[in-house]
Amino acid sequence: MTGAAPAAPGLSDARQLALRDVAQARSPRNIGRWMAWGVALLLAADVAWIFASNKSFEWPVVAQWFTGAAILRGLGVTLGLTVVAMVLGVALGLVLAIGRLSENRLPHHLAGLYIWVFRGTPLMVQLIFWYNLSTLFPTLSIAVPFGPELASWKTNDLITPLTAAIAGLALNEAAYMAEIIRAGLISVDSRQSETAQAFGMTRGRALRRIIIPQAMRAIVPPTGNQLISMIKATSLVSVIAMGDLLYSVQAVYNRTFQVIPLLMVAVLWYLLITSLLSVVQSAIERYYARGEGGIVVPMTPMAQEATA
Amino acid sequence: MNAVPLVSAHNVHKSFGHNQVLKGINLEVQAGEVVVILGPSGSGKSTFLRCINHLETMDQGAILVDGTQIGYALRGTHLHKVKPGVLARQRSEIGMVFQQFNLYPHLTVLQNIVEAPIGVHGRSKTEAEAQAFTLLETVGLRDKAHTYPRQLSGGQQQRVAIARALAIKPKLMLFDEPTSALDPELVGEVLATMRSLADQGLTMIVVTHEISFAKEAADRVVFMDGGVVVEEGAPREVLENPSHPRTRAFLSRFIERV
Repeated sequence: MTGAAPAAPGLSDARQLALRDVAQARSPRNIGRWMAWGVALLLAADVAWIFASNKSFEWPVVAQWFTGAAILRGLGVTLGLTVVAMVLGVALGLVLAIGRLSENRLPHHLAGLYIWVFRGTPLMVQLIFWYNLSTLFPTLSIAVPFGPELASWKTNDLITPLTAAIAGLALNEAAYMAEIIRAGLISVDSRQSETAQAFGMTRGRALRRIIIPQAMRAIVPPTGNQLISMIKATSLVSVIAMGDLLYSVQAVYNRTFQVIPLLMVAVLWYLLITSLLSVVQSAIERYYARGEGGIVVPMTPMAQEATA
Repeated sequence: MNAVPLVSAHNVHKSFGHNQVLKGINLEVQAGEVVVILGPSGSGKSTFLRCINHLETMDQGAILVDGTQIGYALRGTHLHKVKPGVLARQRSEIGMVFQQFNLYPHLTVLQNIVEAPIGVHGRSKTEAEAQAFTLLETVGLRDKAHTYPRQLSGGQQQRVAIARALAIKPKLMLFDEPTSALDPELVGEVLATMRSLADQGLTMIVVTHEISFAKEAADRVVFMDGGVVVEEGAPREVLENPSHPRTRAFLSRFIERV
C-alpha cells in the first residue's frame, strides 16, 4: 500500500479538511427548546401578574408587617430554635451514629433503640410529651440508683416552653441525623480507615481527621434538607405556646383579620431563609469536594434557578 | 551467629472461613535486610504481610517486630490482646505502602505526609513540614507539595505514599504490591524510588510481582505458594536456579514475558 494512496472520501484536499473541522460545527437548531422557554416565560409573567394584580394579597399590608417588631421577634425565635436544635441534634446524632457503627453490642443496640423510638413517633407528640413532663415526674433528681438523692429540681421550673421546644426538636433531629451521619461514614472507602490504622492513628483521630472530612460530602446535602425541614418544623412549637414566626403571624391576623397578607409575610420569610441556606449549602459542598479535581459539584436547584 | 532478627514469624496460620490462606509461615528478617516475597495470586503473601502489622488477625502462631508482638502483650505467663490505643502505638513505627496508594484524597500531598508525624508522633508542624519537603525531594515531587492526590498520576501518587510512610521514620517498611495498580510505563519510577531506599539500608518486606526488582534490590527472595514458604534464598539462587518445581513453574511464566 505505498505510492499514491487512493483519496480518502472527503478528506483529500485542504478545502475539505477546513470544512470538516469539528471546531466550526454548529449546534442543531432546537426549535422545541425555544418554544418551551417562550411558554415558560409567558406563564411566569402571567403568574406574576396574578400575584401583583389581585388586591386580596394586600401587598401594602405585607410590606407594612414584613419588618414589624412582633414578626421579627417571632423570626428570631424560629432562627434561634432552629440553630440550637440543629447543633444539638447533629452533635447527638454523631454520637449515635458512632455508637450504631460500634462493634460493641451495647452502644450499637442503645443507639438503635433511641433511633427506633424518636424516629418512630410524631414530633408533635414528642413536643407535647416534653412540655407535660411534670405530670409524669413532678420532680427531677440526680440520685444513686435505688440509693440516696444528690440533687433535685421541680420539673415545672426546668421545663419551660423554650426548653421543651429545644428538647423536643433536638432529640427528634438527632435520630434522623444519626442515620444520615452513619450513611456518610460507611460511604467512605474502608481502605482509608485501614490506612489510618496502619499509621498508628487511634480510632478517634482517624474519624476526626480522615473519615469524617470525607464523609461530609455525603452528609452535607441531606443535612441541608434536614435544616430546611427544621425551620418549618419549628412552627409546630406554637402548640406549646412558643412565639415563633408562624405563631407571631397568627397572633397578628387574629387581631387584624388580614389572614392572607400576614401568611404571605411568613411565606416570604421562610423562602428567604431557605434560599440563603441553599447558597450556604452549595459553598459548603464545594469546600468538601476539594481534592476531587475535575468533578464539579452540581448546584442546588435554587442556585441553578439563579444562574439559568 | 546472626543478631536478633527485626522480624520473626513463627508458624503463622490464617483462615478466611473455610479457606485456609496461611498454613504455617516461618520467616526471619534481619535489620537492614530487603526481603521480596514472590508467589502466584492467592498464595497468601499479601495476607501474611498484613498480619505483620495486625491489619489482619491471625489464627495461630506469633510474629515479633523488634521484640514487640503487634496486637498482643505478654503479661507473666499469659498472652493478652491489647486495647486499640496500645495497638496504635505498637503500629506507629511500621511504615506501609498499599497497592491502591490509599492517599487521603481530601488532604494535599504535604498534609498527607505530615498527618501521622504531627498527629501520632507529636512532632511540631515546622519540623514535620521541613522533613516532608526533604522526603518529597528524594522522591522527586518537591513541586507537588500543595496539589491534591487526584491531580497526580498513579506513579506520582505511589511515590507520595512512600514519602508518607517514610515520614514516620519507620524501623520496618511493608510494601503490599506497590506497582500492581500502575500503568506499565509508571512502574519504573516507583521501583527506582524503592531501590534507592533499599540501598540506604532500610529494612523492607516487599510483596510484588516484579522479578526484576527482586533480582536487583533484594537480599533475599521468599517464594510462597498455597499458604506456605516453598523456597527462600539469595535472589540469584531462587530466581536463576530454583530448586522447587512450583517456583520453576511460576518463574517460567515471567521469563516468557520479559
